[in-house]
Amino acid sequence: MRSVIDVPDLSLEELSGLMDTAEDIIAHPGDYSERCHGKKLATLFFEPSTRTRLSFEAAMYELGGNVLSVTGAGTSSAAKGESVADTAKTVSCYADIIAMRHPKEGAALVAARNASVPVINAGDGGHCHPTQTLADLLTIRRKKGKLDHLTVGLCGDLKFGRTVHSLISAMSRYEGLRFVLISPEELKVPSYVKDESLKRKNIPYTQTTDLEQVIGDLDILYMTRVQRERFFNEEDYLRLKDSYILTPEKMRKARPDLCVMHPLPRVNEISVAVDDDPRACYFKQVLNGKYMRMALILMLLKEAGRL
Amino acid sequence: MNVDSIRDGIVIDHITAGCGRKLYHLLGLENVDAPVALLTNVASAKLGRKDIIKVDADISVDFNVIGYVDPGATVNIIRNSELVEKKRIDMPETLVNVIACKNPRCITSCEQELDQVFRLSNRAKKEYRCLYCETKAAVL
Repeated sequence: MRSVIDVPDLSLEELSGLMDTAEDIIAHPGDYSERCHGKKLATLFFEPSTRTRLSFEAAMYELGGNVLSVTGAGTSSAAKGESVADTAKTVSCYADIIAMRHPKEGAALVAARNASVPVINAGDGGHCHPTQTLADLLTIRRKKGKLDHLTVGLCGDLKFGRTVHSLISAMSRYEGLRFVLISPEELKVPSYVKDESLKRKNIPYTQTTDLEQVIGDLDILYMTRVQRERFFNEEDYLRLKDSYILTPEKMRKARPDLCVMHPLPRVNEISVAVDDDPRACYFKQVLNGKYMRMALILMLLKEAGRL
Repeated sequence: MNVDSIRDGIVIDHITAGCGRKLYHLLGLENVDAPVALLTNVASAKLGRKDIIKVDADISVDFNVIGYVDPGATVNIIRNSELVEKKRIDMPETLVNVIACKNPRCITSCEQELDQVFRLSNRAKKEYRCLYCETKAAVL
């Protein structure tokens, strides 16, 4: 059974196809409003997440399908000690497709190996969050008209930020990319990410601690939140959380066609005053996420022979 | 020092000096109810020093463990005191229930009935990563 645990599970052709479908959904929403009639998506969220769950549920409703929802480990059978494998087998009896978020890394893979319906990883701890990356790719393609030959800046928590690692991995498959990695020393991109996605493919990158110095070079600026839940130590979190804040003053040094992105939710790393700047794309990113989830649900249900 | 020849069993030879003890434990040889010899720092023309393990019993050995601990070690299968097969063990692509993931955020940390699966991620660096969370295996 085909599932999507991480972005590399999808070929470049499939990614392109998903983006084409998403663009078609945007252009002709009425053509898709009954595509999943009679189908059920189970959203199993064992970790707090409002936007990802709502995005999946909105995606399924806009395809004419229904949603079965579990939120919070405390209200589910997981609280009674049920394994992820057993949960996946059980939910497969009720739903046509599963979207799962779980605090433990690798939980989505365990679910996929045991479910008899497709599983979409909606985030497994700090590991992968592929549909966020799908949203990111569509946002870049819609804004820039391409995914190659771009200078991509990533700023903030580049150590624990799974969206950053996924985006680097996904973008490194396209030609002519250059990365600028902007972070405090403590939150630099882990060496294995650089080794596997950048060095192995000879993709040029620079590392800096100074956002203002490099903002004028960027086609894309991907901001991230320094996340409290990724730290073992509260003191480290408090010391680093305000390291990089994007303000209108910094935006003055940026290119007129810069695309500012953020996986959201933000705390204060992008000033609210930047929201009205036409270069701010982070709310479009949210919408694009829903369209890509619609495209992915369609693709997986079709491959599973359920459409 | 003399160690008797074995009649039916295996000899793991050309073990890098210092790796014999790790191999002994990972293969669970302390639980084998048969004569087992672990020889360390044996003079070797090829390696200078080497370790050797001899098991005088027809037991099943997970060759993947040998390939993981010391790729390049050789395994000699002995039957009726004769060498019937000599194998050179390469690094396995997958390790199942040989080592455990140390990442406290990994699903295997709370669901202990799951197999511990590691995949070879970088042959040149002898690097294995957890199948589930992709955390690098701790250096032996």
